[in-house]
Amino acid sequence: MMKKLFIQAFASVALLVSGVALANEVHIDVTAPINMSDKASLQRGAKIFVNYCLNCHSANYMRYNRLQDIGLTDKQIKDNLLFAGEKVGETMRVSMNPKDAKKWFGAAPPDLSVEVRARGADWVYAYLRSFYKDDSRPTGWNNLVFDKVAMPHVLYELQGVQVLDHETHTLKLEKAGKLSPEEYEQFAGDLTNFMAFMAEPAKQSRLWLGVAVLLFLSVLLVLVKKIKAEYWKDIR
Amino acid sequence: MATNKNTIAAGLLDWVDARFPLTSTIKGHLTEYYAPKNFNFWYFFGSLALLVLVLQIVTGIFLTMNYKPDAELAFASVEYIMRDVFGGNIIRYMHSTGASMFFVVVYLHMFRGIIYGSYRTPRELIWLFGVGIFLVLMGEAFFGYLLPWGQMSYWGAQVIVNLFSTVPFIGPDLSEWLRGDYLVSDATLNRFFAFHVIALPLVLLGLVAVHIVALHEVGSNNPDGVEIKKHKDKETGIPLDGIPFHPYYSVKDLVGVVVFLMVFFAIVFFMPEMGGYFLEANNFIPADPLKTPAHIAPVWYFTPYYSILRAVPPIGISQFPGVVAMGLSVVAFAFLPWLDRSPVKSIRYRGALYKRWLTAFVISFVILGYLGTVPGDVWGQFGPWLGRADRATVVARICMVIYFAYFVLMPWYTKKDKTKPVPERVTYK
Repeated sequence: MMKKLFIQAFASVALLVSGVALANEVHIDVTAPINMSDKASLQRGAKIFVNYCLNCHSANYMRYNRLQDIGLTDKQIKDNLLFAGEKVGETMRVSMNPKDAKKWFGAAPPDLSVEVRARGADWVYAYLRSFYKDDSRPTGWNNLVFDKVAMPHVLYELQGVQVLDHETHTLKLEKAGKLSPEEYEQFAGDLTNFMAFMAEPAKQSRLWLGVAVLLFLSVLLVLVKKIKAEYWKDIR
Repeated sequence: MATNKNTIAAGLLDWVDARFPLTSTIKGHLTEYYAPKNFNFWYFFGSLALLVLVLQIVTGIFLTMNYKPDAELAFASVEYIMRDVFGGNIIRYMHSTGASMFFVVVYLHMFRGIIYGSYRTPRELIWLFGVGIFLVLMGEAFFGYLLPWGQMSYWGAQVIVNLFSTVPFIGPDLSEWLRGDYLVSDATLNRFFAFHVIALPLVLLGLVAVHIVALHEVGSNNPDGVEIKKHKDKETGIPLDGIPFHPYYSVKDLVGVVVFLMVFFAIVFFMPEMGGYFLEANNFIPADPLKTPAHIAPVWYFTPYYSILRAVPPIGISQFPGVVAMGLSVVAFAFLPWLDRSPVKSIRYRGALYKRWLTAFVISFVILGYLGTVPGDVWGQFGPWLGRADRATVVARICMVIYFAYFVLMPWYTKKDKTKPVPERVTYK
C-alpha cells in the first residue's frame, strides 16, 4: 500500500515537471549552439555584443572584468572591448537615456543581462535570425518570433535582407549581406552563446561545486548509515 | 587530572541546573523522550521540515545583508547577489529551492499525518498548530515571492491582493489597505519585506515550538496508530515499544538529512529553476506595472488552491465565491480530527472505502495542482453539446468536488468503512 502511494506521488511529480513544455508555449524550431567550454565562441560573442548591441542595450548587471571567466585578461578587455574610457570593474552601461530611447523607438531597449534566462537561448537565437522587411512597420522591419517588434534589424548589413513568404510563413534571403548565411548563423550563435554566459556567469563554477558537494554527501551517507545500523542493531 | 575536570564540569552543570532546566529539558525532549520504534520512511519529514526552516532562516539572513527592499533597486540587488556577492548565487538558490522544498516536505509530513491518523485524539492540538504552521508558511512564501521584483513577483502579488477586493462592501478598501497604495508598489514591497523577514518568521518559530511541545507532551503516533503508552515496563514506567529519541532517532534522522541534502543540492547546483517551477522565466524580467504577462500562474505549491479559485463560477460579476472556496480548501485540513469517525487511526487497518476516498483526493489534488500552472484552455474546448466549455475547467470542477467531498463526507464513509482489527502492540519487522 505504502509503496503504491509513493509511486503514485512520484509519478505525479514527474507529470508536473513534464508539464513545463506546455507552460512556455513559443514554437521555436531552432536550437541555439550553447557551449560554455567553447571559449573562442564566447569571446567572439562578447566582441559582437559590445560592438553591435551595447550601443542601445545595456547589460547593467554584467561587469567587464567578469569576461575573465571566458579567458580574457584585464588588459585584453581594456584594449579590445572598452571604448569610452570605462574601467574594467564597471558594468556594461549605455549612455542612451531610456526616455529618449522610448521616444525614438516606441519602447526603451531592454537591459540584456538576463535576457536568455527570461526568454531562453533558443528564442534569442531564433530572434536574431528572424528579422524581415516589412514596409508597414515604422522601422521597416518586423520579426517572425516577436511580431511588431520596435527594434530595427541593426544587423541587416551582415545578414542581408529577408522577406516573408506569406504562403509558407518562411523567410527568404532577398538581398545577400556581407556574411554568407552560414557565417551569419555562426555570428548569431556566438552572440547567443555569450548572452547565455552573461545571463549567469557563475553557472559553470556552480556545476563543478555541485559535483564536489554530492561526492562529499555520498561519503557522508555511507558513514551515517553505518552509525545508524550500529545503534539500531539491538532494537527488535 | 581527568577526574578533576569531570568534577568541575559536573559542578558547572549543577550550577546551571539550579538556575535553568537544562538537564531535565534534554532528558524530556531527547534522551528520555520515548518514540515508537516502528517509525518508517514517512517519519523523516518532521525533522526535515525543521532542517529546511533553519536553512531558510540562515540563507535568508545572508540574503538580507545585500538585498534592497526598494522598487528601484530590488531586482538589481538580486542580480548583484547572483554575480558579485561571494557565494551569493548558491545562497540565493538555496533560499529559492528551500522555499519549494519546504512545501514538498510539509506536504509529505501532512500526508503522513493523514494516512496514520496522527490528528486523532489526543493529538488534535498538534494538528491544529500544524495547520497554523502551514497557513503562516503560505503567507511567508507569498510575501517572499514579491521581493525579487520580477514580472511574476509583481503580477502574482497583484492578483492575490486583488482577491481581497472581491469581499462584499469592504473589498476595494481592504485590498488598498493591504497594498498601502492603489497598485502594488514600493510601499507594498517594503511592507511585504517586513512581513517576510521578521513578522511571519517570528510567528512561525512560535508555532513550531508549541507544535513540538504538544507532541512531546502526548507522545508520537506511529504507523500502526496504537498508543505505546498503554504498555509500559512495570518497573521503569518506560513504554515497551518506545526507544529514546536520542540517540536512536537522532542518528536515523541523520540518514534522512543526508539523503534530503543530496536531493536538495542536486537541485540547487544542477537545476535551480526546476524547469520553471521553482524559478519562473518571467521573473527574470523586472516588474513592469504597465505590462501584464499573458499568463499569470502562482508557484507550484499554491496551484491546487488557485485551480479551485478559478474553477468556481462567479455569482453575477462577483468572484467572491471562488475566493471563499479557495480559503475553505486550505482551512479544511483543520477539521480533520472531528470529521474522521473511524474506530482505527492508521490506514493499515482501514477498509477499502477509505483508501478509495484518499486515493481520489490525492489524484484530485495533483490534477488541480497541474491545472493551476497552465491556462484554462490548455486542453481545448468541448463541443457544442457542453456549451464549448473549457475541458480543463470542467475537469478542475470535478476534482474540486472530489476534494471537498473527501472532507464533507468523511464522517459518513469513515464510519461505514469495514476496518481490520488493530494489534495491541506496534508491529516491527
